[in-house]
Amino acid sequence: MSNDPTEHAADHSTDRSADHAAVADDPFTASKPAIELDDVSVSLGGQTVLDGISADIGDGTFVGLIGPNGAGKTTLLRILNGSLSPNSGRVHVAGEDIHALSSKAASRLVATVPQTTAVTFDFPVREVVRMGRTPHRGRFDGWSEDDEAAVEAAMRRTSVAALAERPVTEISGGERQRVLIARALAQQTPTLLLDEPTASLDINHQVRTLELVDDLVGEGTTAVAAIHDLNLAAHYCDALILLANGRILSAGDPATVLSESNLREAFDAEAVVSRHPVTGSVYVTALPSSASADATGRVHVVGGGGTAARSLHVLSAAGYALSAGALNEGDTDAEAARRVGADLVTVPPYAPVDHAAQSAVESRVKAADVTVVADVEVGEGNLANLEAAAAADYLVLVEERPFSERNYAGDAGRAVYEQLRERGHVVEPSELLSVVGELACEAAGE
Amino acid sequence: MNVRTRAATWALGLTALLALVVVVSAGIGHVSIPPRTVALVLLDALPVPVGVSLSGATALPIVGSVPLPSVDFVSPFSTSVPRTAQVIVVSVRLPRIVLAALVGFALATAGVVMQGFFRNPMADPSIIGVSSGAAVGAVATIALSLSLPFGLHGAAFASAIVTAFVVYMLGTQDGRTPVATLLLAGVAVQTFLGAVISFLLLQSGESLRQVVFWLMGHLSGATWDEVVMLTLVLPLPFAVLLAHTRDLNVLLLGEEDAHALGIEVERTKQLLLATASIVTAAAVAVSGVIGFVGLVVPHMLRLVVGPDHRLLLPTSALAGASFLVLTDTIARSGVAEIPVGVVTAALGAPFFLYLLRTREVRSP
Repeated sequence: MSNDPTEHAADHSTDRSADHAAVADDPFTASKPAIELDDVSVSLGGQTVLDGISADIGDGTFVGLIGPNGAGKTTLLRILNGSLSPNSGRVHVAGEDIHALSSKAASRLVATVPQTTAVTFDFPVREVVRMGRTPHRGRFDGWSEDDEAAVEAAMRRTSVAALAERPVTEISGGERQRVLIARALAQQTPTLLLDEPTASLDINHQVRTLELVDDLVGEGTTAVAAIHDLNLAAHYCDALILLANGRILSAGDPATVLSESNLREAFDAEAVVSRHPVTGSVYVTALPSSASADATGRVHVVGGGGTAARSLHVLSAAGYALSAGALNEGDTDAEAARRVGADLVTVPPYAPVDHAAQSAVESRVKAADVTVVADVEVGEGNLANLEAAAAADYLVLVEERPFSERNYAGDAGRAVYEQLRERGHVVEPSELLSVVGELACEAAGE
Repeated sequence: MNVRTRAATWALGLTALLALVVVVSAGIGHVSIPPRTVALVLLDALPVPVGVSLSGATALPIVGSVPLPSVDFVSPFSTSVPRTAQVIVVSVRLPRIVLAALVGFALATAGVVMQGFFRNPMADPSIIGVSSGAAVGAVATIALSLSLPFGLHGAAFASAIVTAFVVYMLGTQDGRTPVATLLLAGVAVQTFLGAVISFLLLQSGESLRQVVFWLMGHLSGATWDEVVMLTLVLPLPFAVLLAHTRDLNVLLLGEEDAHALGIEVERTKQLLLATASIVTAAAVAVSGVIGFVGLVVPHMLRLVVGPDHRLLLPTSALAGASFLVLTDTIARSGVAEIPVGVVTAALGAPFFLYLLRTREVRSP
């Protein structure tokens, strides 16, 4: 069969065929998968959109569907909620063949949060949420206490209770997204599908939305979400399914799925995968395609604890000759520096930067055209690195957090950093490449 | 207050309004009759069942010959109103007024359903070609002097239903009927039928005037027979639509959403379309093409009661009845009789533009 997720996705608990992607098959909860996809293929208008998709999604897990535009994410969601029938293959949700069920029965098993769309008619928010009870009501049934309780709980959960009487046409996009989630919650289904739930939201609402889904999953709901933002997906999802050209390219743990080679194959883009310095999640940085390794010059990077990994990858991909340090052996950044072939100064694990290391760093700083200081935490152990960086002609400070939040070296730390800050260029991570480029040109011109 | 109570309250109020409009309208005309006299005539004409007697025997299959109950009517109020007033009100004006009420009721009902169905505030009852279809049937009958078993009305009704079905088939592919395709199929078929009607007009010769009058929408010459026909046709489809108002609400969210909320989308669409087409066809068959009632009345009511079809459908239907009785009263009380379609369009178009400019009509 076509897809090739199996190396990553071990499925020891069942006797399924070897090419079955078992996603997030936690041995403690995976008594029975909530969703089983068995060799599902779909073609729309003569074009194959999904091609032999097989996957098990464990009960009570949060699975992210990722992949480039047109990979089939939305189609897969439509298959899962029964609104589209596959040309071949089967889909079971909670053990039921979803396409054999009536629309009503299916929507008691699966609730869908659509991408926020324009609403033409100005129903009050409460009425929209109430429509979530449709699958539970007969044509001539009145409004029951169960219905009322479900709607109230859903609105409270999504904090839309305060909007209850407002017309749904007059609330913001983020609020409307929450109303649609509330409507899905009112359906009281074991499974929740979300199509790009964060696409039109600002960063605050993105996080709030995914936190809410995460909470629901914690209470036993199974959630499948198509998510564009790989980093949000990596942070919140228990498992990811990477779709490309209608097939599963990889499935399983985010760290496994989000490999540089998978991303290159799926998205046709160069990307760097590292750990996020604050959250510790897998972090993907796409490199601009213009960064075609044609930059010249030498850059020294001061970092530690994973704060410099991205800068190292970005600068290396751009073509700079790199040096780094001083770093403790075993540090994430040390690994990253070795991977990009940087000239690395190291000290033993947990050891402070001694005089020998400091002078080694200083000589590399002097040899470099530009020195970059990452958003590193500074203690007495590595303060020497900053002192060495002061020898640089051209200095760039990457700041994601204020220095005071990452200074453990007291007044001495502040004094050294202030001195660097006066001479250096303070940049955000996204500006790093362009600023280093300018400074390297200046340095070359001298 | 829950929706059912609100709907009942509104319905009661609008029924009272309709009664008032009917009484006032029945008093207006060449001979002016005071409302009190009209009310007395109407009460007089009201048949009230006073008893049941077993008389006659009807042959029924299986059970054989059984005496069936028949109802005895009596007019309870023996009032002394002038005989002329009685004749004018009951025989001349009332059939036309009741027919206007029924046609207005039907067109507004179909308008609500079509606007909800197409999620498009510009939709009206004839959007899928029902009116054009009826017109072709009627115009052909008049212009070619055909004699058909069910006459002009039958021909118009049948051709309307056939047209709706053809448009539906043209708009359907692989068991799905996207509303945009349906809309365009309706436009294309209407254009084509427009050409057919023009051709028939050229062939109509002597009967041209009659044909044009029919096309403009009219209620003059209404008879109790026509009233009975509509009274027989309308209740069932209206009840079906009333039972699907919640589905219509959910369909407003879009078809994908409606499916995710447990609506059998295609089946519900078929049912709504068929039912609304029958309602429209019945109205158009007796009254010709009366525009703007089905477009404007649902809009007015949406402003008042909101978009919820559980309220919107019954209130629009009743308001549509009052609206058409009123406009027809204007149409027949001027110096010369004008077709009511002219009046509804003349009043409806400016009102619609007003709504448009004040942004109350939202584009989808």
